[in-house]
Amino acid sequence: MTVVLAATAAVLFGCGTFLLLQRQLTRVLVGLALLSHGANLLIVLAAGPPGEPTFVGEGRRSALLDPLPQAFVLTAIVITFGVTSFLLALAYRSWLLTGDDEVQDDVEDRLIATRWSAAEELADAEEAAAAVHGDDLDHHDSTLDGGEARRRAPGERAPDDEVRR
Amino acid sequence: MSALLALPITLPLAAAAVSIVVGRWRTAQRVIGVATLSALVVVSIGLLVHVDRDGAVASQAGGWDAPFGITLIADRLAAVMLVVSLLMLLAVLLYAIGQGEAERAHVGFHPVYLVLAAGVSAAFLTGDLFNLFVSFEVMLTASYVLITLGGRRDQVRAGMTYVVISLVASALFLTTLGFVYASAGTVNLADLAGRFTDLPVGVRQALALLLLVVFGIKAAVFPLFFWLPDSYPTAPTAVTAVFAGLLTKVGVYAIIRTQTILLPADDRPAALLLAIAGATMVVGVLGAIAQNDIKRILSFHIVSQIGYMIMGLGFFTVAGVAGAVLYVVHHIIVKTTLFLTGGLVEHRAGTGHLDRLGGLVRTVPVVAVLFLLPALSLAGIPPLSGFVAKFALVDAGLADGWWLVVAASLLVSILTLFSMTKIWAGAFWGAREPSPGGRPLPALMVAPTAALTALSLGVALFAGPLYALSERAASDLLDGETYVQAVLGE
Repeated sequence: MTVVLAATAAVLFGCGTFLLLQRQLTRVLVGLALLSHGANLLIVLAAGPPGEPTFVGEGRRSALLDPLPQAFVLTAIVITFGVTSFLLALAYRSWLLTGDDEVQDDVEDRLIATRWSAAEELADAEEAAAAVHGDDLDHHDSTLDGGEARRRAPGERAPDDEVRR
Repeated sequence: MSALLALPITLPLAAAAVSIVVGRWRTAQRVIGVATLSALVVVSIGLLVHVDRDGAVASQAGGWDAPFGITLIADRLAAVMLVVSLLMLLAVLLYAIGQGEAERAHVGFHPVYLVLAAGVSAAFLTGDLFNLFVSFEVMLTASYVLITLGGRRDQVRAGMTYVVISLVASALFLTTLGFVYASAGTVNLADLAGRFTDLPVGVRQALALLLLVVFGIKAAVFPLFFWLPDSYPTAPTAVTAVFAGLLTKVGVYAIIRTQTILLPADDRPAALLLAIAGATMVVGVLGAIAQNDIKRILSFHIVSQIGYMIMGLGFFTVAGVAGAVLYVVHHIIVKTTLFLTGGLVEHRAGTGHLDRLGGLVRTVPVVAVLFLLPALSLAGIPPLSGFVAKFALVDAGLADGWWLVVAASLLVSILTLFSMTKIWAGAFWGAREPSPGGRPLPALMVAPTAALTALSLGVALFAGPLYALSERAASDLLDGETYVQAVLGE
């Protein structure tokens, strides 16, 4: 029985981890739920082999089950429930704001990354222009445009938003 | 005295409940929040004095004896952390009331803030690994709400990352608890201290490593720091300041606590911790140099500074851990002040982007002073508090011959100074007057910032007694005997 439960915990952890790596918040949410179920199962297993219910004055003392892990799991389940409902609300809010619940990149981070690569491309283009002179000017411009376009990318859904409201 | 031990947890929770009930009446909410935190500051200072004089105080919730019931314990480290945290929470609450941005935006700000205070206090005072998990959850759930309180687009985006990462860490914590209970049969820290030594070396090290990963995510050490600079800057200033000053430091506290009490002296992961510390310092400061926004620069500096604390712990000598404790105290105060000053700049100029700032030293010289002092302190310029703390750490490191990590820490100090100069040159110097007609600064925003700056000067001024206190706390930690005796009473 313990082996089956341990295997179940392993499957829960595996599926949970896979779902965590998805981009949609709802999938991440299900993944987190699976993960915490796995952890709870593990704690129940930590109580040892099955025994009799723990009530004072009932059952044989030696056969009683360790009640502490069950108290742990109960607490953990309540906490997970609360936080999961918060995440659901967050996912709903994200859906209201952006039209989907995909977790987006760090905008500022991307800005800094593009700033450097744009500067590098500009330097490269200037070098090329210096080497060839003449007809490299177009190339120079196009790299600049590319940089500009990517810099705008994070906010590109903004017009959609206005329409939806 | 042990009756007072539960007060920092129960009082803010009760006050939060009342605060919700009177939600329509903001003045009442403010009075409740400020009065509660002020009372707790007094209680915690009393606790610190008592604990420092008479040794650790423990109390068993509900009268159930130690290994079975829930233990609350205040030793020197916990008491010091409690005093500094509550002072900081009080100052930031006043600042938030003065600023009005987050505080006026939602009726839930005050209750959630008080719940956060309860969670932080509980994390410091608990003597039980599972209860530590619960305190972390209380604290984090409050922080989830605070970070997304406005419900703006960027807040929701950053909040998602923050919440999901925290939840993964929590699930991992729960798993670790299962393993600990399965192998040792208890989650009481004092009881665990005895039983951990009997475990096979492999199991013991695996459990210690798992705990390190769990708390490492919360404390944002390398390589588990990536969520922090992404999520912190989007929250309102007051919220970011609390997060920056407190939340990661609760993680550091948990690392210090578990790595000292659970592991026997000859089996502590010194080299591993020092490697992590070095990488955290260097990567954090390099990240900060690349940034261009005041809050983001400061967020990366949190990561970098965490490295110093882990370094002090990694020496595992009394001097090293004492340096780490002193550093945590200095850092909580200085980092909060810097974020509050960053908020002052944003409030005044309407932006935190260095490209769009300039000339603030002429328009608001007070803010310039309030930035300069903690910034120099952060970099470790004598005679400010950062110098004292860093000197203690470097001295401890050289005494044990850890040259490489000490050299890294000194190099990082210089780079810290460099990126602080970047903020200074970008925001305060320069000819450009920031955006047309800057807003006036409310006195209630400036006063708490100034008070915290004065406090950090106080840390430098009373460095001797403070270091002696840290040393006593450190020898308690490394010995572990006093802690176990206070809880189990043998």
